[in-house]
Amino acid sequence: MLVLDRVSKTYPNGVRALEDVSLEVAPGELLVVIGGSGTGKSSLLRAASGLDTPTQGRVLLDGMTITAPHERIGIIFQEPRLLPWLRVADNVGFGLEGRPKAERDKRVAFIIERVGLADKAGVWPRELSGGQAQRVAIARALVTRPSVLLLDEPFSALDAFTRAELQDHLLDLWDEARPILVLVTHDIEEALVLSSRIAVMRSPPGRIAGIIDVPLPRPRDRMSAAFDEQKRRVLRLLDSTFNRQPRKAPLHDFQI
Amino acid sequence: MQTSWSGRDRQMTTSSQAVGAQSELRKPAPAHILRPALGLIVPVGLAVAWEIIVTLGFSTGRLVPPPSVILSTFANLAATGELQRHAAVTLMRVAAGFALGVVSGTLVGAMTGYSQLTHRLIDPTLQGLRAIPSIAWVPLFILWFGIFEKSKIILIAVGVFFPVYLGVMGAVLSVDRKIVEVGRVFRLSGPAMVRRILLPAVMPAYIISLRAGIGLGWMFVVAAEFMGASEGLGFLLIDGQQLGKPAQIVAAIVAFALLGKLTDWIIASAARPLLRWEDTFARR
Repeated sequence: MLVLDRVSKTYPNGVRALEDVSLEVAPGELLVVIGGSGTGKSSLLRAASGLDTPTQGRVLLDGMTITAPHERIGIIFQEPRLLPWLRVADNVGFGLEGRPKAERDKRVAFIIERVGLADKAGVWPRELSGGQAQRVAIARALVTRPSVLLLDEPFSALDAFTRAELQDHLLDLWDEARPILVLVTHDIEEALVLSSRIAVMRSPPGRIAGIIDVPLPRPRDRMSAAFDEQKRRVLRLLDSTFNRQPRKAPLHDFQI
Repeated sequence: MQTSWSGRDRQMTTSSQAVGAQSELRKPAPAHILRPALGLIVPVGLAVAWEIIVTLGFSTGRLVPPPSVILSTFANLAATGELQRHAAVTLMRVAAGFALGVVSGTLVGAMTGYSQLTHRLIDPTLQGLRAIPSIAWVPLFILWFGIFEKSKIILIAVGVFFPVYLGVMGAVLSVDRKIVEVGRVFRLSGPAMVRRILLPAVMPAYIISLRAGIGLGWMFVVAAEFMGASEGLGFLLIDGQQLGKPAQIVAAIVAFALLGKLTDWIIASAARPLLRWEDTFARR
């Protein structure tokens, strides 16, 4: 169980990125955090990962307080962040140094195969497409078999086709080990395809406006009426989080 | 190259159609032979021209000896073993000064790049010292370290230090925070972070600073040998000036050029396997 217990994060520049955010994610659950830019989605994930320390509150994984990156927590960023001086296989095995070479090779080969890049094991990161590079990043995070996987807008830099492909792929991978998975996105469709629950964030200061259960059966059909209905639910909740300023002057008042 | 355009040429005019068809038949000379050859045209052309001018008697070539005289002087110096002896002495000085400069420049550069406190503490002083033309140290170094090897090696080391220091510091400062974060995610300890993230990340810039350093090393060895030496290629220069032997001067200059190029090439090729991963402009 991953627990955020009344977590607040105020950055040195005074931005209140998170205020009093509490959240529980159970094993085998796939929580998607959604919200507009600057609503604290990434801050939430960084606090959960131990990369940033909350100003107040705590992050707990199975009862132990997380204050720094932990071996049971895997993180995937928006950019693949591969190390350009290591070939694909060495990038994937980066977190396994110190283990016997035979074990390392075996696990790396297995996971590279699973993300469909067996033929790319020996190439440099510069030779990969954006989608392939992100697959390598996913493999690098999964190779240590984390019980928590945190993803910060992992597919937002990819084109629509690659994105859909990787979403399905991520679901497959998740289904094998069923880790706690928290994914941050601003893409409603992505949230609905992946999630068992959706947390909607609003700001300022960053906090959770509401959590929606997604009762859709898997595999999910993006074209179904039920999918559309859930989409409207999320949209309504998102809509309520926008702080709209009344428009000062109608556009047509401007003379050209 | 040309063949790929020929399709378009054909649609445009009949004359370019002919050119396009021709170039499809002709085997282009390999680019890796042609391109360096292009750079030889000017120097070789000038040398040949000067040789002809002197041979035909338009000039005595006394102050500017023709290539044949330089070559024979070079061969003579080599045959007597003089050239090798002087070159070896100079090479040893450069090697010692380079080693000293690289080690100190790397250590201090890494410290000022890594720790903000160290940076604030010593970078301003070093930048101030850097502004001093290093040759200006010569009189002081002679007073401090004598006129023999020590002062020469230290002068060379000072020359090598600054480009290496600046290169390493700048490289460490500009390492992508996002890549460092990957190291944090995998819980690397300080030394592991340096070895597995920082070192490889700064490697390209470091190699460039080493090459700049060796260049300055060769520059400063000449200055060092000007300040009083009985051996070394710099001594050959001074000797040639005092005894009016321009061919010897040029021969020594040629030796400097060859050795300088050679050492730079050694660094560059030793580094190549370390930089195969680079994704850069030069890789086109």
